[in-house]
Amino acid sequence: MSVQMADLSPDPAAVELLVPGTRLSVWDRVRHDWSLLVGGTIVVCIVLAALVAVFWTPYDPLAVDPTQALAPASWHHLFGTDQYGRDVLSRLMGGAKLVLFSGAVSVAIATVVGVPIGLAAAVRGGVVDEALMRLVDLVYAFPALLAAIVLAAAVGASTLTAMSAIGIAYIPVFARVTRSSALQIVSSEYVLAARAYRRSTLAILVRHVLPNIRSILIVQMSLLFSLAILAEAGLSYLGLGTPAPAPSWGRMVEEAQDYLSNDPLLVLWPGVFIAVAVLGFNLLGDGLRDILDPRLRSSR
Amino acid sequence: MGTAQPWQVARCPTGETGRDLVATYLIRRISTLAATLVAASVVVFLLLAVLPGKPAQVILGTQATPQSVAQLTKQLGLDAPLWRQYVNWVHGLVTGHFGNSYISQLPIGHQIAQSLAVTAPLIVLGLIIGLAIAVPFGVAAALLRRRGAGALIASTTQIGIAVPNFIAGLVLILVFAVKLSWLPASGFVTWSSDPWLAFKSLVLPAVALGVVEGAVLSRYVRSAVLDVLRSDYLRTARAKGLNRRQALVRHGFRNGSIPVLTVLGLEIPSLIVGAVVVESVFTLPGVGTLLLQAVANRDLIVVEDIVMLIAVTVLAVNFLVDVSYRLLDPRIGAAR
Repeated sequence: MSVQMADLSPDPAAVELLVPGTRLSVWDRVRHDWSLLVGGTIVVCIVLAALVAVFWTPYDPLAVDPTQALAPASWHHLFGTDQYGRDVLSRLMGGAKLVLFSGAVSVAIATVVGVPIGLAAAVRGGVVDEALMRLVDLVYAFPALLAAIVLAAAVGASTLTAMSAIGIAYIPVFARVTRSSALQIVSSEYVLAARAYRRSTLAILVRHVLPNIRSILIVQMSLLFSLAILAEAGLSYLGLGTPAPAPSWGRMVEEAQDYLSNDPLLVLWPGVFIAVAVLGFNLLGDGLRDILDPRLRSSR
Repeated sequence: MGTAQPWQVARCPTGETGRDLVATYLIRRISTLAATLVAASVVVFLLLAVLPGKPAQVILGTQATPQSVAQLTKQLGLDAPLWRQYVNWVHGLVTGHFGNSYISQLPIGHQIAQSLAVTAPLIVLGLIIGLAIAVPFGVAAALLRRRGAGALIASTTQIGIAVPNFIAGLVLILVFAVKLSWLPASGFVTWSSDPWLAFKSLVLPAVALGVVEGAVLSRYVRSAVLDVLRSDYLRTARAKGLNRRQALVRHGFRNGSIPVLTVLGLEIPSLIVGAVVVESVFTLPGVGTLLLQAVANRDLIVVEDIVMLIAVTVLAVNFLVDVSYRLLDPRIGAAR
């Protein structure tokens, strides 16, 4: 009975009761519920804003209207307009699409390349493992933002270029996490049993290993998503990410910077959106880790 | 070896002594460092060398005759085979002959030295501010974790992590330069002309750099302190009658040197990269600004040189941190 409870319920109170000596901190307890709730809400809001922006925004995010330049917030323009008279709310909504796109690109690259590398290293072991991990170390040592700057210099700035660089830079993280968690599964008794049934390596990976490391990967994906948002914003701010007319939040900050003293809200709104989006994906990642991987809960 | 006696030095099952293991580790780690540097330089060089736009064309502009372009290409040594260009470039980097910028014709070494006078103090200040935030807040968050204050610190750092350093910089400009006019919003005077003003121009950028970094690091400090608090040796120390403070001072801090190293190893590379962004916010003439200008002007030789300079610095810091880990705590890396 008690074992069942411990397995099924990640409720901290139950863990405290069942495992003598573990007292969870106030923060751990509050976070257990709140980080998932707050993070999940923020992420859902961003997704909704992006979905709505696909079909409808109050104004065209790119439509220039000199007569309305730098208009303050009003019922016509809830967040005011920028120096070209473009509606800030529409641009913020359009920016949500870009946020999801940039997160998706880097997470996809890091996962699609990193996970197979990690699996191969875990399953093959020996020389293959050693070689793959050395290769991964090489990439890991190079700073992500620097990689993005070099790539932007080489092939020109675009959202795709910037986010590919970030995705490549985080392949090592996914390869390492996959390898270390897959190693545990591969040496488990049920994998031994599956081997005894002469299941192929591929079948074992798909049926046993992947489902077991899925939760850890989901947590990593959520955390990389927030890093990707930060990187896209920073690179676009520097002019090395999303190019000019597109409504990237980082780009909006850069464009509004000259009006900081007269119209600080023009800088602050996209700034707040970036911070809230990053916070949302961070909290979601932390909350998911608490639920999916209770072993890590108390130490982080 | 017979039965192990408690006073005997532990030996590895393979018969290697600790000294051998350290030597093997160092050789291995140095070769990894060298391989990383070579790989990074090849990738950076190839990416920028195979570009469509020819440097000679860029220098001479679109009006140039094909003959003059060909002549300049030869003069710059860019008609040589790729491998020779690569060898020349690396040779120049190693011997300190960085060459001249394609665009401004100025010696790159001189430009980099000038911009380091801005970037190096900025990073040091940022480091100090980051540590001044991370260590006290991280320790407090760990010690007070069962109280509201700890939760408050932890959630504040969670928000701090989410704020990009360029937003922090712009908010600082808005408050301390625009509204209060305490500190300059942007620009830089040379150290020799007005050291005090030069220092003042670096304060806001360093805070922007350090605050965000401090938030990230305080979480590492917190979990490092929690690890120490949960450790067996601390429980033993408490069991033999020391109170919490005595146990922490006598046993916790000594073991805490490793987390501090981790913090430094994490902080310095991200400060170097972060400085690129922050310099742009405050229009400081540092290494990052030099790099971004070179990217914008397609002054590729400058881009190559600065990227390698930053990469070497970051890799060297990582190397030193890893090696000192290994020397401080022989258990680390022994398994690999």
